[in-house]
Parts: sequence; C-alpha cells; structure tokens
Amino acid sequence: MSQKVAVFRKEHFNAAHRLFNPSWDNNRNDEVFGKCNNPNFHGHNYDLIVKLVGEPDPETGYVMDMKALSTIIKENVLKKFDHKNLNLDTEYFKNVNPTAENICVVIYNILREKIDKRLEMQVRLYETERNFVEYPVL
Amino acid sequence: MVYLTRLEHFNAAHKLYNPTWNREKNEEVFGKCANENWHGHNYELLVTVKGNPDPDTGFLFDVKKLSNIIKDEVTEKLDHKNLNVDVDFMRGKMCSTENLAIAIWKQLEPHIPSPVKLHCVKLYETPRIYIEYFGD
Repeated sequence: MSQKVAVFRKEHFNAAHRLFNPSWDNNRNDEVFGKCNNPNFHGHNYDLIVKLVGEPDPETGYVMDMKALSTIIKENVLKKFDHKNLNLDTEYFKNVNPTAENICVVIYNILREKIDKRLEMQVRLYETERNFVEYPVL
Repeated sequence: MVYLTRLEHFNAAHKLYNPTWNREKNEEVFGKCANENWHGHNYELLVTVKGNPDPDTGFLFDVKKLSNIIKDEVTEKLDHKNLNVDVDFMRGKMCSTENLAIAIWKQLEPHIPSPVKLHCVKLYETPRIYIEYFGD
C-alpha cells in the first residue's frame, strides 16, 4: 500500500509585468490582451504553492524538510522575481510572455532542478485570488 | 447611524522613489520597492459610507451607485495602470499606500451626496499590509 503524502509550501512575491506580443501591432495587442497590454506595466501580488509528493523518510518522518524547501524557493525564485519587473528584470521572459501560465512553468522548471527527483512536484500560482494556474497537470 | 462598505479591487504597478534623492538614498530608504523598473500589487479597496437608512427605501445609499462612483472615479483610473506614470491624481506624489488612500478619498468625497458621508477608505496593498484613512 502506498504511503505517499503530499506536502505544500506557500510563498508570495510582488511583481510588475505586461502582456504583449512584439510581433503584433499595438491594435492587435490591445484587442487580445486588453488593459494587460499597458506599456507602462501593471502588477500583482502572486501567491505560489509548491506541492511535493513522496513517502515520508523513515528516519525523519519528512517528505522534505519544509525549511529547506522554503530556502530553495526563496533563493531560486523569490530573489529573482520579488519586487521585479518580470519583462525587464528577469532572464526568463525576454522572449516569453509573462502570463500566469508561463510564469508557473518557469518556476516549475527552476525548482525541478533543485529538488529530489524521487519527489513528484506540482506548482500552483495565483495571479489574483480569482485567477490561478497549475503545472504540470497531474 | 449605520455604516455601509463596498469592496473593489485593482491591479497596478508602482515604485517608491523620491526623485530629489539619488539612487543610493532611495535604495537605503525604500529597499526593493525602489526598483527602477517597477513592481506591482493586487490592491483591495474598501470604501465605507455612513448615515441613516432612507425611510422610503431602507437604504443608507444605493450600493450600485456607490460601486459606480468608485469605478468611475478610482478603479477605472488605477486598474492595470502604473501609479507613478499613468494616474493624473497621483502625479507629483510619492505612490505609497498612505498617499494613495488619501488621494482616493479626495477622488470620492465630492461624489458622495449629502446627507450620506464618506467614513473610511481602507486600502490593502497586500493581504498583510493595509492603510485606513478617515479624512482627518
């Protein structure tokens, strides 16, 4: 019988961004992205939930030390994104539109490299209380 | 006397940066909020009016009208904007939550018809930080 347990760590960051496609003209960008295309940017309080699934270690009882998970998220995600402009200040969205979908995939890919491969991982990102995305789809 | 509150929200970019100081001083005082390329928030705005219910309607104030006033005078001008650059009533001011709450009060107050009175503007910058302004 599976002894798998899911553990979750919640973090948050604030950032500015703009949604636009540089290969389209301004009218098309306005039509598709509406006020999210404001050239002077707008911003959000993002809430980030990282879910890990695995069997608790028999010696510690942990799926993963949550303090260690928190430190990994802080060092690798929050330091790069918090109080930043996602379009201008990060290396990840030079050629990728910083939608919640794409931010979530980027965060997953960053964290996947740093966390024990035996643990399944899923990232949920809230752009607002009412809009949120998850990756990967399990 | 009863109090009626309407909750609205908007998302915006801003930075805290005093243009009469150099960058070092700004970073010393405002930390990462001074990031020159902006950052942003989901703001939650609670507007409270006070008065007595009208005997004919039972309403203190038609909340749909209150919502329209807030939308026309405040949220349409702030939502998905850059507070430092795009907003006429914040021009020349530091875009702190304190100043934004006071400016929102000034936007709303002339549009609240007597005998109803504006009581409080409560503005959340994050779920953990908020400002209240009572007009004095």
